[in-house]
Amino acid sequence: MLREKYKQEIEAILARYPVKRSAVLPLLYLVQREYGYCTEEGIREVAEITGVSPTEVREVVGFYTLFYDHPIGRHRIQICDDLPCALRGADDLVAHATRRLGIRPGETTPDGRFTLETVMCIGACHRAPAMQVDLEFVENVTPEVFDRVVEELSRDGA
Amino acid sequence: MGRYILLRHREIPDLHRLEVYVRHGGYEAWRKALTAMTPDQVIEEVKASGLRGRGGAGFPTGMKWSFVPKDVFPKYVVVNADESEPGTFKDREIMEGNPHQLIEGALLTAYAIQAERVYIYVRGEYRSVARRLEAAIAEAYAAGFIGRNVLGTSYSVEMFVHLGAGAYICGEETALLESLEGKIGHPRVRPPFPATYGLYGKPTVVNNVETLANVPPIILHGAAWYRTMGTEKSPGPKIFCLSGRVRRPGNYEAELGKITFRDLIFGEEYGQGLLEEGRTVKAILPAGASAPMLPASALDTPLDYESVQAAGSMLGSASIIVLDDTVDIVWAAYKMVRFFQHESCGKCTPCREGTYWLRRVYERIVAGRGRPKDPELLESIARQMAGKTLCPLGDFATSPVLSSLKHFRKEYEAYLRRAVETPAEVPA
Repeated sequence: MLREKYKQEIEAILARYPVKRSAVLPLLYLVQREYGYCTEEGIREVAEITGVSPTEVREVVGFYTLFYDHPIGRHRIQICDDLPCALRGADDLVAHATRRLGIRPGETTPDGRFTLETVMCIGACHRAPAMQVDLEFVENVTPEVFDRVVEELSRDGA
Repeated sequence: MGRYILLRHREIPDLHRLEVYVRHGGYEAWRKALTAMTPDQVIEEVKASGLRGRGGAGFPTGMKWSFVPKDVFPKYVVVNADESEPGTFKDREIMEGNPHQLIEGALLTAYAIQAERVYIYVRGEYRSVARRLEAAIAEAYAAGFIGRNVLGTSYSVEMFVHLGAGAYICGEETALLESLEGKIGHPRVRPPFPATYGLYGKPTVVNNVETLANVPPIILHGAAWYRTMGTEKSPGPKIFCLSGRVRRPGNYEAELGKITFRDLIFGEEYGQGLLEEGRTVKAILPAGASAPMLPASALDTPLDYESVQAAGSMLGSASIIVLDDTVDIVWAAYKMVRFFQHESCGKCTPCREGTYWLRRVYERIVAGRGRPKDPELLESIARQMAGKTLCPLGDFATSPVLSSLKHFRKEYEAYLRRAVETPAEVPA
């Protein structure tokens, strides 16, 4: 139960807003940290804490791209293939990533380690092509840089 | 005073640390406003400066503040840090390199409208940026610049960072407010505007990060000083985000109206020319994906709101994406349409359906299966979207379509000719 494990953190989140519902997004991030994705159990807890119906919380999960209603890999690789990055080789990078990981965008490696996604502009167009790995920026990504990132995250314990 | 007004961290190392910021005049404007100016005087100074919103719309900032009713409480300031327009990465640099100038600007705004609370809505993808901002806010609390009875006055104000979760639409101010209230990011019907009915239905000012970074120097040095920069109608400095097929992409700060597209792309202190030797500029996107593309004949247009509009586009967030003669314009338009289809929130039918059908038609054209009447079909879909939606996203989505058809129709025709001459394999 989130409310027991993260009591103080949840109280600190709720204290930031005059209306509990505003805590829905921050609490869903907490759910994803705890369970890996927005589980039904987590959604119900967020609904109870904020006084919003579970349906409305599910609607929020469905609307925002950074929330997942299904299990994903332990590491999320999100390559921007929007216009500014695509003008500097993003489509080739996506092709390289697909070959290197053996999965297509939207898929997760069989060992559950990586989920590969293509995403819209992430605000790194001056260091294109760019990607985010677990929401940290990796910029000026060459195939070598990509392989190095994957190797580092493939070590035991990563 | 140095070369920079906004990107001061470029010449002052460690400016993100409060101690360094204070040593270089930081929070002096805040002290000045709190101890020597009334809230109305702060609004008047910003009005007189002519500062216009840097998020894209270019609306006069001081005027926006003056619409807030005086007698309704509580009031809120919401900082729009949901920077998501393709080609835009300026607010990120301010928050990473010069966060205290944003914090100080947000505090001055709060004081001007007598708000008790500031929320900074940062896009979810900028989690690492938000952490730096939170560290800066914690420093400002510890130094007594935020909190109860700021600097010994009777004024109290709180400031919080709120992370979005991936939705371009939340850059639209009413969708942002919905999202901050814990809902899906659907734009609201306007009026009423946020100034009277904003966050939790209370008076709210929503301003972009770069806009607010302009406020401390205006309060400290005065509107007259500010107006020595830029043009009569577009005063002050602006950050230009340069990306695409240029040698040195990046953020460049310059006075509005003092440089042209050509200066920005080719200038030694700016983009230093195109990525590859011997290439030429084919088209310029002045405001990411959202404003009409311009052909190379517009290269000598000065970069201010009026001039870019007169040239047939908009300066918007000043996110200049350069397309050289290697770029397939139809493909580029497809990429932008794909973006808007992905980001349409689905509330208004013309945008939800229109972006979907535009994407479908583009997909068949670039796959070599376009039909001769497809340009007219694209125009027809675009006409059914423009001006028929609650927020500007529906209009934005038609920009790459109509402007590319206007300036580069021949490229569409070449695609369609090839489709007739060598029909692509059509999957069953």
